[in-house]
Amino acid sequence: MALKSSGEQQVSEFEQILKESTSELLEKVESGNLSDAVNLIQRIHDERNRNLYLEVGRLTRALHDAITNFHIDVGAGNPVSEEMSQMANATDRLNYVIKMTQDAANQTMDKVDESAPVAERLREQAAALRKDWARLVRREMKPDEFRDLYRKIDGFLKESEEQAGTLSNNFNDILLAQGYQDLTGQVLIKVITLVQEIEENLVNLVCMAGQVDKMTGIQHDKSNPAEQDACAPEGPIVNAEKREDTVSGQDEVDDLLSSLGF
Amino acid sequence: MKILIVDDFSTMRRIVKNLLRDLGFANTHEADDGLTAIPLLETGNFDFLVTDWNMPGMTGFDLLKTCRADPKLKDLPILMVTAEAKREQIVAAAQAGVNGYIIKPFTAAVLKEKIEKIFERLEQQ
Repeated sequence: MALKSSGEQQVSEFEQILKESTSELLEKVESGNLSDAVNLIQRIHDERNRNLYLEVGRLTRALHDAITNFHIDVGAGNPVSEEMSQMANATDRLNYVIKMTQDAANQTMDKVDESAPVAERLREQAAALRKDWARLVRREMKPDEFRDLYRKIDGFLKESEEQAGTLSNNFNDILLAQGYQDLTGQVLIKVITLVQEIEENLVNLVCMAGQVDKMTGIQHDKSNPAEQDACAPEGPIVNAEKREDTVSGQDEVDDLLSSLGF
Repeated sequence: MKILIVDDFSTMRRIVKNLLRDLGFANTHEADDGLTAIPLLETGNFDFLVTDWNMPGMTGFDLLKTCRADPKLKDLPILMVTAEAKREQIVAAAQAGVNGYIIKPFTAAVLKEKIEKIFERLEQQ
């Protein structure tokens, strides 16, 4: 930021010289003092060049600093080494997030897959016992059947106790699998910081390049790049509240489709 | 009922597979993008296709268009389950001949409702 303000100072200084010299130049030309006028033009020209070299030098140095800051290894004769680059490091970090979330999702689903049949078996046994129990309450049960029920209830209580333990363990494992959130959160914050740094540095570079453009009179083509295919996949919409071209949920999808006659 | 589930994330395939199994559809197969799905669809005699949109290789949208252009697959019921939420995309999918469109994240109830609706419609025809 300090570089940017000093760059602006340079330009206003040059503008000041240019303004002052213009009236002087007009005076000299009107009074017929042509050789002084030509000298003055030469001085303005030299001043412009000096400022331009300063600006380009500053821009080059800032670009170099930006590259060094991100540890993007582009040294001559030095093959691009990915281990050295913070960019590659950020890629690794993001891949780590994908892996952690995937592992957690799979662990959770494993435990759910393991638990669902346990709950289902308990439900089936309880339902069967309740039928028998109802017959007992209605006094429809023969002594032999009662002895059988007596045994079955004992077995069911024992199994319920064991299986409740299994379910409880599985729930605990599911809970622990959510620990990825803390770890991936930390990693993502690091990557966000890097992205913010890069953004700031790029903005600075653009400002500096703007000064050079101003002095050289370079005009950029401001027309928009080719518009993106409207149907190109975009992934989840992260700023849905700010978007008007997206639906906010399944109800809006259904409304849209039914408005099309679906 | 033989169903093909196409999604590049294995966890999402697993979720859809489990939900379909709970709805009574146990005969499911998987592919991770359009390119791997097409050969399976060509030879597999599938009755139903559930596909994501955003996948590397070939997107679900291109898979949908490819199916509709294929005489063998033009009538295959296709349900899109995707995070793509632009109105233009939903309209384009409808125009390309999708049978149902579910926005992620979704619930088991929505999946059930859309599948039932698709088969109700097919029976009416």
